[in-house]
Amino acid sequence: MKRLINTSRVKSPWLIHFDCGSCNGCDIEVLACLTPVYDIERFGILNVGNPKHADILVVTGTVNHRNKKALKNVYDQMPEPKVVVAVGACGTTGGIFREAYNVVGGVDKIIPVDAYVSGCAAKPEAIIDGVVIALGKLAEKGKKVDQGIFERLENTQNFIKSR
Amino acid sequence: MNMNDAIAVLAALFLAPLIGGLVAGLDRKVTARLQGRYGPPILQPFYDVLKLFGKEKMIVNYWQIVCAYMYLVANILTVVLLALQSDLLLIFFVLAVGGVFLVIGALAAESPYSQIGAQRELIQMLTYEPLLILVFVGIYLETGSFKISEIIATYHEPLLISLPLLFVVMGYALVIKLKKSPFDIATSHHAHQEIVKGVLTEYSGPYLGIIEISHWFETVFLLGLCALFWHTSFLWMAVLVVATYFGEVLVDNVCARLTWRWMLPHAWTGGLIMSFANYFWIFEKIK
Repeated sequence: MKRLINTSRVKSPWLIHFDCGSCNGCDIEVLACLTPVYDIERFGILNVGNPKHADILVVTGTVNHRNKKALKNVYDQMPEPKVVVAVGACGTTGGIFREAYNVVGGVDKIIPVDAYVSGCAAKPEAIIDGVVIALGKLAEKGKKVDQGIFERLENTQNFIKSR
Repeated sequence: MNMNDAIAVLAALFLAPLIGGLVAGLDRKVTARLQGRYGPPILQPFYDVLKLFGKEKMIVNYWQIVCAYMYLVANILTVVLLALQSDLLLIFFVLAVGGVFLVIGALAAESPYSQIGAQRELIQMLTYEPLLILVFVGIYLETGSFKISEIIATYHEPLLISLPLLFVVMGYALVIKLKKSPFDIATSHHAHQEIVKGVLTEYSGPYLGIIEISHWFETVFLLGLCALFWHTSFLWMAVLVVATYFGEVLVDNVCARLTWRWMLPHAWTGGLIMSFANYFWIFEKIK
């Protein structure tokens, strides 16, 4: 049953797209993945608007001091297991805005990122590749979530005992 | 309870979700093909629900759990009552209870999206419930009974022949109940919507999975109601059900979402006029 659920996780990732101060170049490419040309719904991927239903957070654009709270909030609202994909030069590192006074940097400064997609703007094919890499990590994280609380705490217990 | 009833109940409990899930999968496939896309696998709804059961439990208010389960129970009960060929009015009230619990669960959370979605769901219920009652009354006027078993036993021609307009009225109710455009105001199957996910916004993880399964039961129940309109021949029953559902998917893809200000008057005036026209027809025939 656990294995079935984990297979389903990989087969039905719902993604939420968060525009974190992008120039909309990458956003257009993310939305292009939904069109008949790429049709990511073939893999069961749905673009949902609600972080509470999402498994994958796709973030485009640089993070600045104003929207880092919003990004963190959206991330925290997603139930486990979840993965984050940073898209585009800005999302991965901060891009050409890296040195700007209002910019914090890449998405990984605020939340843990599981897959990076480079490019300015990132190609739809590259975004799909990034999501597929993230799916592998989602399966791994899923296994951890499926473990009972005692199994998860086993290492800690051993550590305490050995002390 | 005799053997046949037991089999009917078991079929309703175990076969209905399978059929409902497959119908949902076919629905998504057909929708994708209509939009020029390849579409997800037929089994996709099952993957979705299994995944949702594997997600972390996240709730805002404990009432959401109760409401999700009550919605499931009410929808299972409608399918079971339909399989037992019970009273149409009883089934109708159980259906209403299920709908109300979905709304209460959404109202229990403080999110504005969920609240607006709940209000819209109430307006949708206000729209389709009188229409369904009119349909059931029409069936009573024609056959002389609300009880499905008696209708099947005593009435020996397809209901569709004498109640064609009421079938259209039920089509209205079906579009609303199946959450299809143009009436997918409270929530929609399609990802993008102006109020996030409407009434389902605050249900997440396993509870969303439960609601999804309830919706499969609901779909089976509604298709069962369609089947009642041609109960004499199994083949034509199947043709009618498939044609109706395909019609719903087609309408879903052709139409844009409309506001409740449009839905309420149009569904009511259209529904009332067609229902009463059909009633007059029945009375003329009796005379």
